[in-house]
Amino acid sequence: MKKKYVTVLLILLVAGVWQAGCRKDTISPDSPGPIAFNVPAGWPQPAYSFAANPLTRAGFELGRKLFYDVRLSRDNTISCGSCHQQSNAFAHADHALSHGVNDLLGTRNTPGLSNMAWHTTYFWDGGVNNLESQPINPIQNHVEMDMTMPEVIARVGADAGYRSRFRMAFGDEGVNSQRIFKAMAQFMGAMVSADSKYDRHVNGTAGGDFTASELNGLSVFRQKCAGCHKEPLFSDFSFRNNGLAPTAVNDTGRIHITGDAADRYKFKVPSLRDVALTAPYMHDGRFTSLSAVLEHYTGGIHTSPTLDGVLTGGLSMTEVEKHDVLNFLNTLTDTTFTKDKRFSEPR
Amino acid sequence: MKVLRSLLVLAMAAAILPACTKRPNPANTSKSTVKMELNSVAGGSGLTLNSQWYQNEHGDSFKVTKFNYYISNIRLNGNDVSYTEAESYHLFQQSDASSSSFDLKDVPYGQYSSITFMIGVDSMRNVSGAQTGALDPVNGMFWTWSTGYIMVKFEGVSPKSAQPGNIVEYHAGGFTGANSTLRTVTLNLPTPITVGADGENHVHLTADILKLFKSPNVFDFAVTNSVMLPGDNGRKFADNYANMFTVSFAGL
Repeated sequence: MKKKYVTVLLILLVAGVWQAGCRKDTISPDSPGPIAFNVPAGWPQPAYSFAANPLTRAGFELGRKLFYDVRLSRDNTISCGSCHQQSNAFAHADHALSHGVNDLLGTRNTPGLSNMAWHTTYFWDGGVNNLESQPINPIQNHVEMDMTMPEVIARVGADAGYRSRFRMAFGDEGVNSQRIFKAMAQFMGAMVSADSKYDRHVNGTAGGDFTASELNGLSVFRQKCAGCHKEPLFSDFSFRNNGLAPTAVNDTGRIHITGDAADRYKFKVPSLRDVALTAPYMHDGRFTSLSAVLEHYTGGIHTSPTLDGVLTGGLSMTEVEKHDVLNFLNTLTDTTFTKDKRFSEPR
Repeated sequence: MKVLRSLLVLAMAAAILPACTKRPNPANTSKSTVKMELNSVAGGSGLTLNSQWYQNEHGDSFKVTKFNYYISNIRLNGNDVSYTEAESYHLFQQSDASSSSFDLKDVPYGQYSSITFMIGVDSMRNVSGAQTGALDPVNGMFWTWSTGYIMVKFEGVSPKSAQPGNIVEYHAGGFTGANSTLRTVTLNLPTPITVGADGENHVHLTADILKLFKSPNVFDFAVTNSVMLPGDNGRKFADNYANMFTVSFAGL
């Protein structure tokens, strides 16, 4: 009887081990392990899925190294971090337009980077449809980093330190564009900003007590701004013409991508998270302060056929309301994020 | 005791039964390879890059400097059997002979009478982030500013083109809406092939570059010499290349 028990157990054990042997590990033995990606309470699920690009410490750190590496630019002067500065929530302080190699200027303002995993498109015109497809643009743009991917792969592949990081992240030393983009997507996708005073206010946690002005500002914001700058990400990620008078550049925005006349002068609604840190504002950086932005929405709307309906005639706000909205916008600053050492330039 | 015995039987079954689904199923071992070959012609003669002059339907003379296309989602169809290639993405480049042949692996035994494929890269892969192999953007068949693959790329020169260097460029891309440049083509094989133990079958697809500018839309290189965006011309170009292939050979 006892013997039979043992036999049964033994067979079960063997069967169990046999079956377990077929499961594929998603993380290579060398990988220092997965990183948890936490969706903040009350937030929707992100658009970018890490399911096909498992977030690991090694992948994230490789992406971080690439993000801050000037060798991704032709003359070794510019990294992603040159224009996307952490202290400014990864926007470019005081630069309406950013300069690339040889001091060349582009035509659009560097947006801040946070909560990228929730964005459904990238760039002011939304031309890019996946976080992994984003980095190739600045890398290959002649007025930004002016490289080609084969050149980047050659530079990165020539560095033994990088090769070992690729082995840690992906199982072998092979450097290719897919691995570069997946590592960068891990780094950028993991940048979550969700610990501002506003978040603490909404979650009822310590440090979230709003002043009367901030409370009123939130209320005005919800009535007049949240239609486009939708909580909790402070954008609905749609494309809208927000009444900016065309400049000499005459950037027509989204129509570049869709070819649809209805999209002329439409740009992606930017998130307002950390907005107090990301000046200057708008797709061309024309406004240097948030008060100038409010002046635009309340008194400077330029009418054109594709102007967003809610902006016809401009928003109406009293001076007190403007003041309170500005105070509220300041509560969106998340210094936990801007000082998070995980996202800083590796030393 | 009875319970124990059934447990014993169950455990033995678990131990004996194949655990990994990847293990080949003996019923499906009757498979073979079909060799695919991609050829290019200009009318009746083989396509030669850079040196040979050709004439389009409109009467404009031109030379070809580049001819690349994606072919994807290949299926072989028979009455009782069908085959769908896994990870079916192939980039043909006229300048690279190695891109002109590949194997369709693990084709089940049986008789096949037609082939279905997509010219271009399906919409799913256009929105799924970083890809590798044939779909690696280093291949130069990828739009970065508006994410997506260039399905067919034709470049050449024509005296009729007023562009610098008399360049003619037709880059077909865009995978959504009315101006999608994806085209799915089904062609009957000249004679059905029997995939079996007798050897490897070959299927040769031949693309005629003159058909790119011929039907249903005749292109005038003086008027249309740069197609670089999704739109009317891209769609018309795609309607033409949907007709560019013939099955020039199928058999052992």
